[in-house]
Amino acid sequence: MEPVMAVAIGMLYAAAIFLMLRRSIVKLVIGLMLLSNAANLLIFTSAGMIRGAPPLIPEGLPAPPGAVADPLPQAVVLTAIVIAFGVLAFAVVLIRRAYEIVKADDLDKMKETDT
Amino acid sequence: MRPEVALPILLPLLSGAISLLFWRSRPMQRFTAVAGNLALLGVALWLLVAVKLDGYVVIQMGGWQAPYGITLVADMLSAVMVVMTAIIGLTLSIYSLASTGPGHERFGFYPLMHLLLAGVAGAFLTGDVFNLYVWFEVMLVASFALLILGGEKAQMEGAIKYVTLNLLASVIFLSAVGLLYGMVGTLNMADAAQRLAVAEHQGMVEVLAVMFMVAFGIKAAAFPLFFWLPASYHTPPVAVSALFAGLLTKVGVYALFRVFTLLFDQTLGYTQDILLWGAALTMVTGVLGAAAQFEFRRILSFHIVSQIGYMILGLALYTPLAIAGGIFAVVHNIVVKTNLFLISGITRRLQGTYELKKMGGLYRERPWLAVAFFLSAFALAGVPPLSGFFAKFVIVRAGIEAEAYVVTAVALLVGLLTLYSMVKIWNEVFWKTLPEDNLVPAEEVLVGDDSRMVPPSLWLMYLPVALLALFALLMGIFAEPLMAMMNQIGDQLMHPQGYIDAVLGAEVGVEDVLIEAPEQEETP
Repeated sequence: MEPVMAVAIGMLYAAAIFLMLRRSIVKLVIGLMLLSNAANLLIFTSAGMIRGAPPLIPEGLPAPPGAVADPLPQAVVLTAIVIAFGVLAFAVVLIRRAYEIVKADDLDKMKETDT
Repeated sequence: MRPEVALPILLPLLSGAISLLFWRSRPMQRFTAVAGNLALLGVALWLLVAVKLDGYVVIQMGGWQAPYGITLVADMLSAVMVVMTAIIGLTLSIYSLASTGPGHERFGFYPLMHLLLAGVAGAFLTGDVFNLYVWFEVMLVASFALLILGGEKAQMEGAIKYVTLNLLASVIFLSAVGLLYGMVGTLNMADAAQRLAVAEHQGMVEVLAVMFMVAFGIKAAAFPLFFWLPASYHTPPVAVSALFAGLLTKVGVYALFRVFTLLFDQTLGYTQDILLWGAALTMVTGVLGAAAQFEFRRILSFHIVSQIGYMILGLALYTPLAIAGGIFAVVHNIVVKTNLFLISGITRRLQGTYELKKMGGLYRERPWLAVAFFLSAFALAGVPPLSGFFAKFVIVRAGIEAEAYVVTAVALLVGLLTLYSMVKIWNEVFWKTLPEDNLVPAEEVLVGDDSRMVPPSLWLMYLPVALLALFALLMGIFAEPLMAMMNQIGDQLMHPQGYIDAVLGAEVGVEDVLIEAPEQEETP
């Protein structure tokens, strides 16, 4: 499972970086979305994947028997998803406002503040 | 239980919640801003005293033992940074009473400011690397909204670059956190430090170190990752610029100091050179960028980049003295840089522009403002006996002791060029006579900043400037006790075992669990 995931994550990162290098601001934001998804999958995979073993302790035992899935990366990924959701919602509103004001979907037309 | 560690985070959150409740009441929001930040300063000083007495102050959130729960920990570095956060928060909330117009206040300037301060304080105090990411995001989201407050074209353009590069940095940071967890199976920084030292794949540790360096390098605006900063910092309302200039990049610098002294001290042979030359190039590009500018806030933005170089140089030299000098530079820079931005807001209010060519004659018109600018600008350039001189002196001395002669020479040269930029502002804004074509364009000021040309409110802008200028002067005159504090920071950072023992030590954890337990029984 891990090699498949590793390849998928690598492709997500590559696609995200490719989109972020485009001039369109919409593609830029789609790139950011893919990037945060790639990071979440990376956390999920790098912590080790164990299938079909929820981290539950049976009654009467002090610890779960055998290897169980690690709940912490799942909690971390859940937090990261929520944060990414909020931040990307802001980014979507931002590009809409920027499009209304600058009247262009082109990053090359937004160079006035550069020095 | 040590409440003083959690309170610097909780208080701004509370103030933010209160000002959200009074969304429609402008006086209440303004009152909460000043009162909340005054309380924050009180708590921050309490924390500083507690750390001074005990060395480290630690609490385990929810009573969970250290490697499993989230730890809040304050050492001398955290405490000093929290105090600086509170000072900037207080002075800025006073300043924005006069500078932030009703238009911006209606769109939530004050709640956002409180949330930003909560994020900054949280980043300084947490002992958990994923929690650090969360605080970074709290800070970022608040800064995004503050940056586009007012919604002008330049702000939108600046914000797109700011948002993109900061989100990229966050994702790199998050990926590094994921890989770190995969390697050592813990997110607690003290625990991870112990495990990384004995990790199997030291090559992998170097990769992680570089990922953290890039992520925090973008946030700290180090060369070659700084381009978002001069593109965006001169666009928002001036109180927001000053807040960002004072605090945001310094959180990145703090994170660099923290991870490279605690987590990655064994990979330093590899990363030290990158940091050293990165620092030199940051100083040079920043100061040269500023030399080419003739807009008040753009010059100051480039100088933020240049000064970040000094701080990173302190880290890269990696001796207790150099680290003390680097943190001295951080503290001095927070005060002085914020003050210069505040002064640029006042001159804008007086003359209606940020363009140096169109300004002039303020030395005659506002002598005390000129004095405040003089103190801050020459402190930034490092003229004795002001605060910047001692920061630079300590770093240069540490550089010579470490035999890094080239970089030290660069640091001295950059000091000279900083002086050039500051003298340029002094000549253009204060010394020369006002160009005749500059009529004070009251309408433009009204539209742009929706500020009012009401003279009585101006003293609210002068008061924080005077306080910060005085603070910069006092930091120079009383450099000795301050330096003692910095030496303690240098000592603590160079011997991370104390931090690790304080976080993981059995006494602290058990005591907290024992205190927590009866409280939990009472609640049902």
